[in-house]
Amino acid sequence: MADSIPALAVSDQKDVRVVEFTNNKILDEANIKEIGDGLNSLVDERTHPKLLLDFATVDHLSSAALGMLINVNKRVKERNGQLRLANIKPQILEVFVITKLNKLFRITPTRAEGLSSFT
Amino acid sequence: MVKRVFDIPSDFSASRDVQTHIMDDVVAAGFDEERIFAIRISLEEAIVNAIRHGNRMDASKRVKIEAATGPGYLEVTVEDEGPGFDRKNVPDPTAAENLCRPSGRGILLIESYMTSVGWEAGGRRMRMILQGA
Repeated sequence: MADSIPALAVSDQKDVRVVEFTNNKILDEANIKEIGDGLNSLVDERTHPKLLLDFATVDHLSSAALGMLINVNKRVKERNGQLRLANIKPQILEVFVITKLNKLFRITPTRAEGLSSFT
Repeated sequence: MVKRVFDIPSDFSASRDVQTHIMDDVVAAGFDEERIFAIRISLEEAIVNAIRHGNRMDASKRVKIEAATGPGYLEVTVEDEGPGFDRKNVPDPTAAENLCRPSGRGILLIESYMTSVGWEAGGRRMRMILQGA
């Protein structure tokens, strides 16, 4: 069943949780809620969470998805953690630039650069 | 020019079908990838705004969508049954004090991607036009 596929694929790179999105669209309310809940659970797992979101598979996202990411970022900061966004395709990156959220989030071109930017 | 008219309840799943039909017309009209991306995001934001902020998710209220699609031209109107609004009163989501707010970016995105955007009927009807293939 398609709806049984988890929205997130999570792996570990040392002390960093690396998250990939299994759907190329982050648009639907239900999908955004599932992703938000999943990311918040990962944030809550550790005292000082380190999270890297790899956007390599993402082709479309909505302003509601941006809102969800803002809330996750807030939660990471509340726990003195670190959040990185990496591998964002040019068209999606433009959405971050238009909304000026590229100033709010720490965005790196590649996953490797993201991983090496954690302190 | 392909013209379509939809009248849907304030329901996100119903809006998904509308978007699929319009996007099929957009692809058939030969828009390039960049514009297809721009149209997809603008359509999503416009319909979600009508359902969420216009009709306040009231299932008894409808959203009317009209689309005219042809080579190098797209015109879409999205009309809700809410109280309307004044564009001038919508806060700038890129202002430093609003950057951390989780909502309020839909209109900004539509205005950034479309050639022209306007509001009619006291803000209940949005008309957006994209020109260029």
